[in-house]
Amino acid sequence: MLVFGFWTTKICNTRSTQQNRNVLFCLKKDPFPGEAPIPQKQLQKFQRGKKCKVPAGARERLKEAIAISEAMSEHAQKQAARYDLLLPEDAGFLEGDEDEDTNTISQADIADAVDITSGSKYFNLHLSQFGPYRLDYSRTGRNLLVGGKKGHVACIDWQTKDLKCEMNVMETVNDVKWLHTEAMFAVAQKRWLYIYDSKGVELHCVKKFNDVLRMQFLPYHFLLATASATGFLQYLDVSIGKEVAAICTKMGRLDVMAQNPHNAVIHLGHPNGTVSLWSPNQKESLVKMLCHRGAVRSLAVDKTGTYMVTSGLDRKLKVYDIRAFKPLHSCFLPAGASCLSLSQRGLLSAATGEIVQVYQNVLGSNPVSKPYMAHRLRGQIWGLAYCPFEDVLGIGHGEGFTSMIVPGAGEPNFDALDTNPYRSHKQRQEWEVKALLEKVQPELIGLDPGQLSKVDQASFEQRHKEQIEALGFDPLAKDKFKPKTKKKGRSSAGAIEKRKRKVAHEDQRDEIRQSVQERTEREKELKEKSNEKKLGNKSTLDRFRK
Amino acid sequence: MKVKVLCRNPDDYVRETTRDIQRVPRNYDPTLHPFEVPREYTRALNATKLERVFAKPFVASLDGHRDGISCITKHAKSLSTIISGACDGEVKVWNLPRQECLRTVQAHEGFVRGICSRFCGTSFFTVGDDKTIKQWNWEAPGYGVREEPINTILGKAVFTGIDHHQREGTFVTCGQTVDIWDEQRSSPIRSFSWGVDSFSCVRYNPVETELLASCASDRSVVLYDTRESAPLRKVLPFMTNEITLCFSLYTYDIRHLDVPVTVHMDHVSAVLDVDYSPTGREFVSASFDKTIRIFPKDKGHSREVYHTKRMQHVICVRWSADNKYVLSGSDEMNIRLWKANASEKLGLLSAREKAATHYNKKLIEKFQHHPQVRRIARHRHLPGDILKQKRELREMREARRRKEQNVRKHSKPGSVPLLTEKEKHVVAVVE
Repeated sequence: MLVFGFWTTKICNTRSTQQNRNVLFCLKKDPFPGEAPIPQKQLQKFQRGKKCKVPAGARERLKEAIAISEAMSEHAQKQAARYDLLLPEDAGFLEGDEDEDTNTISQADIADAVDITSGSKYFNLHLSQFGPYRLDYSRTGRNLLVGGKKGHVACIDWQTKDLKCEMNVMETVNDVKWLHTEAMFAVAQKRWLYIYDSKGVELHCVKKFNDVLRMQFLPYHFLLATASATGFLQYLDVSIGKEVAAICTKMGRLDVMAQNPHNAVIHLGHPNGTVSLWSPNQKESLVKMLCHRGAVRSLAVDKTGTYMVTSGLDRKLKVYDIRAFKPLHSCFLPAGASCLSLSQRGLLSAATGEIVQVYQNVLGSNPVSKPYMAHRLRGQIWGLAYCPFEDVLGIGHGEGFTSMIVPGAGEPNFDALDTNPYRSHKQRQEWEVKALLEKVQPELIGLDPGQLSKVDQASFEQRHKEQIEALGFDPLAKDKFKPKTKKKGRSSAGAIEKRKRKVAHEDQRDEIRQSVQERTEREKELKEKSNEKKLGNKSTLDRFRK
Repeated sequence: MKVKVLCRNPDDYVRETTRDIQRVPRNYDPTLHPFEVPREYTRALNATKLERVFAKPFVASLDGHRDGISCITKHAKSLSTIISGACDGEVKVWNLPRQECLRTVQAHEGFVRGICSRFCGTSFFTVGDDKTIKQWNWEAPGYGVREEPINTILGKAVFTGIDHHQREGTFVTCGQTVDIWDEQRSSPIRSFSWGVDSFSCVRYNPVETELLASCASDRSVVLYDTRESAPLRKVLPFMTNEITLCFSLYTYDIRHLDVPVTVHMDHVSAVLDVDYSPTGREFVSASFDKTIRIFPKDKGHSREVYHTKRMQHVICVRWSADNKYVLSGSDEMNIRLWKANASEKLGLLSAREKAATHYNKKLIEKFQHHPQVRRIARHRHLPGDILKQKRELREMREARRRKEQNVRKHSKPGSVPLLTEKEKHVVAVVE
């Protein structure tokens, strides 16, 4: 032990002499001491909720627990904000020259200016036979589903132009939607809802869902929401195959539909200019907003669930704050937009007739004057959708399908554990199992998705009151006293009446005691209040106070 | 014009060979991960349910004794050896991993009242109903050699318990008096008594090694210091009717013995043995009602209850020194080995399994107050008669509480004071 100690001290001495020599040459101090600073805006992005206020009369343990959990949240927030530096990709952009307007730049020019792979993202599919086309991109953005009104349905891997399946269902196709993976898709045909495999094999014909006009898929709940021509909003759980809710909206034909990706609430637009918000748990709408003076033609909600963009027959394009239900700004379009779509980075595309216009910076308080990009097509536009994680806008129209390059539309960095466009077969299987395990139950759909993390303020009495109102009687009330029939002549009518009266007297005494207690408590409170008032500051203006 | 279109190189996102692991680029932006709270809540529900599915605490039963087990002790240095004493005087040494008995010694005629192992791990002491203290070797004797104790001490009265010092060669026994012995002497070096009939249990303080505590037959606890000549103080519990309804455990701070720090109530019959876990955060208690319960040190209710149809009244219980197992000895001649964490996976866990276990534990802790999660996490199956007894005790306590409330309502305000559960068990401390 002694020898070891001797050697360590010797080594330490040599190191310190070396350091002493170095000190003479570089008396350096770290010019940026402490942690690297993080810009406030980036920190704000990862802020989840406000800081917890320590209640006044809290015990030591509660204060400690709050302090510890706040410190951990802050640490997590900082770590996440720092990770932003490591993101591999940057968003796209398009900037014109000094006197050039970006909306005059044509798609062909852009395709020439960029590399071959990006240039091949602008293409047209000439399918003029089978009517205007609706389209849907899968969640990863790899697969595209097109459905023509006259029955043509096809799924394509649009980047490799690989045709997965193509068929004609021999019926009017109102809408097409991918389900949770590229293995299944739903087609709303003339009478019923059909579900097909990615090879085109018909898996289900759901007769309960009839006259479906529009569909929306809620990915985290595995729910397919359908709006029908008869005014029914129906939810189908695609993992167990059951109809979760069928709501009779009583608002006529439903052909304008959008989902709020932040809280899974369905927005429906109506011919009287109102937009209504629905959840599968209520028979009435959550919110009804009057948005336009004419019919609502199209709706789009952004991914954070803060802004809603609507366009109506009154040729106005309006932006609303959905959290506060307030209008932000509106602009006038010479021909009203029939289709709207919002990209992941907040670019809005509006289709009027044969022209598509893309607007930038729409979501915010400043109204927008001129479009970012524009493109003219050959047929009447019937469907618009942005491809997730790509700078591409898909347009379905009367002459087929066009894929348009919109620089800056797609989110550059995806999270591979959520949606990975480059996932392998095994990764897809693992992801599917995990997604099914954490499938959110439809009972949790509401305007505020984080409600579970908040403290339940509604007291038991309030809920009890609501229960009584709903049921018409009090389920917790005591049953009327029924005296036991006794033997040996003790259960004569007189004796039973005596027993009943005894119990009634006891109950009366209990009630009186309770009411006396309540009265004394109220008097005490009043006394305290009056005492407070007396002790409060007196001023000459007190006599005007009511 | 300046234009840049998003273009990803698949080589950066797809693995090079099938021998590589997959590439998983991450983006922690909250807008890419909606429904955080409902998804976490669903995961917490799943974690709670799986925890109940995997909760299989019973590991093994050590069979071999021919009479009820009266005491168990752990080896001071080895995790895999324990020693148990039965009511017919037999002492057996067990190997836990192989669940077999290594050695049997007929130590005493009559009950083996106490066993303790010496701190060095070479010998152990037993006391029995035949008024003797015997010291034995841990190593078994060779073939053909008879089992003989290293040392035998004859006493004047029956000894009821024994415990050994952590560092020195002294041990303490209790019976009529509390005696401190030196291993080399055959008579006690010091004797303590406080006018009590007899003592049932004595223990050294494992941290402050000069302090001892003993339980006396008049329901008091006496504290001693070996450096002094007289006992330190005596704690007398008040006798009230309430106490007959609670078969509970009381945690006291030695410095403030008047009020218990916590009252742990969940047993429905007398508690016979207690042992702390090596971390000190939990303890296990054995009760006459055929169950063993694990309590956190600061909570009033048990987090876990273990029972089997075959396990009758549990006389002694020990927590293993690696914090993973609990041993219970009952009067139907079996020692049972249980897991301290019922749903823990034994053996080597891979890094992913460990991460998943930690995540699930944290999720359950985060959502523990939500009614659905709490309902599942709290649910434990209890045998029918214990459930009935519990309900009965609850009714009796409710009746007493209602009566007290009525008395308070109809008497002069302030004459009947409001006492918390702890204050009801106030004791008198005698110096």
